[in-house]
Amino acid sequence: MSASVHDVIILGSGPAGLTAAIYAARAALEPVVLEGEPSSTGDQPGGQLMLTTEVENYPGFPEGIMGPELMMNFKAQAERFGAKTETVKASKVDFGERPFKIWVSGSDPDGDPTYQAKTVIVSTGAEAIMLGLPRETELTGHGVSTCATCDGFFFRDHDIAVIGGGDSAIEEATFLTKFASSVTIIHRRDELRASKIMQDRAFANPKIRFLWDTEVRELKGEQSLEGLVVENNKTGERSDLAVTGMFVAIGHRPNTDLFKGQLAMKDNGYLITEHPSSRTNVEGVFACGDVQDDTYRQAITAAGSGCTAAIDAERFLEEHDQS
Amino acid sequence: MSENVTVLTEATFDATVSGSAEPVVVDFWAEWCGPCKMVAPILDEIAVEQAGKVKIAKLNVDENPSIARRYGVMSIPTMLVFEGGEVTKSIVGAKPKAALMAELGL
Repeated sequence: MSASVHDVIILGSGPAGLTAAIYAARAALEPVVLEGEPSSTGDQPGGQLMLTTEVENYPGFPEGIMGPELMMNFKAQAERFGAKTETVKASKVDFGERPFKIWVSGSDPDGDPTYQAKTVIVSTGAEAIMLGLPRETELTGHGVSTCATCDGFFFRDHDIAVIGGGDSAIEEATFLTKFASSVTIIHRRDELRASKIMQDRAFANPKIRFLWDTEVRELKGEQSLEGLVVENNKTGERSDLAVTGMFVAIGHRPNTDLFKGQLAMKDNGYLITEHPSSRTNVEGVFACGDVQDDTYRQAITAAGSGCTAAIDAERFLEEHDQS
Repeated sequence: MSENVTVLTEATFDATVSGSAEPVVVDFWAEWCGPCKMVAPILDEIAVEQAGKVKIAKLNVDENPSIARRYGVMSIPTMLVFEGGEVTKSIVGAKPKAALMAELGL
């Protein structure tokens, strides 16, 4: 067995996980953050904000701050107080008894666990859902993008589409007008879910147009994206839309596959916590951030719940850790 | 950044990718790209550990857009592998070290 049992292991390194790390480190719990592994989806070190542009609603930054920079700051702050971060991803957990056991990718799942911990804070977040259309994967990086911040630059003077009607769709569309000659927002309903300020900004932007009640049916193009076949979901009428770029922002799913059968979750996969605490159904396992929030899903609410989880873990250790 | 990583520009690109005895992995990146920042330290490690087997190079797409355009790079990070000046592999998106090593056949 691995020699040491940690007080707190934190799974994930978005605003929730790193806020938990700041609080746990300041409480001298020497937290270890398994920050995840690089990817170009939201499931990666730093979380979804690594893929976003300007964050304008995180308090303390009156002029706004870039998502990746904000997350670098979170990490630096956690490390300043002694939190350790490891660039690995949990691949298996055993929450059946304490100490809890965690294996990471690349380790033998039948061998000894990589980590053992008295408490675990789950903050594995959520990742963006793609459309699930044929050829979407092949065309990713060739017109289909999961990261507007990263790839907007390549669409200077192109006509492009953004799929979705929430805040992230509208924010991406607005950002992409800096480069693209036109941005068509394709939304399956006839009104936006995005906040009022984002909507007003989009409606006022001459480069943005809307296709309401519309869904994407096909992606066209061999080497790279050349167009979309879209369908009006009220009339059933199909038409072609010539675009060379497509950015998808239709929602998220929680990263909870790892915890199936061990942690209680809703039908939609989000973890259940005993509000207002961060307690899950397993004593000593706490959850915070988007992994347990299918309502608010903001950086600031994630950070707030990360603080809650660290304090819950600290109190749990005071009550149970007499050794 | 490790000194084993070569920084390419429009002026040095062609000579470097065609003149190298080893395969050259070119990381197309930019300052504003979060996932690029995650991949950079991994490529640094590979550059040191695999020195002599593979050459790791970086190209800033913001400063050198014509090279990115020539190879149809539309997303970053993209890592192109050059052998004898020809692209033999294209890896799009940030990936964990083990997955990158496997894709590079290392």
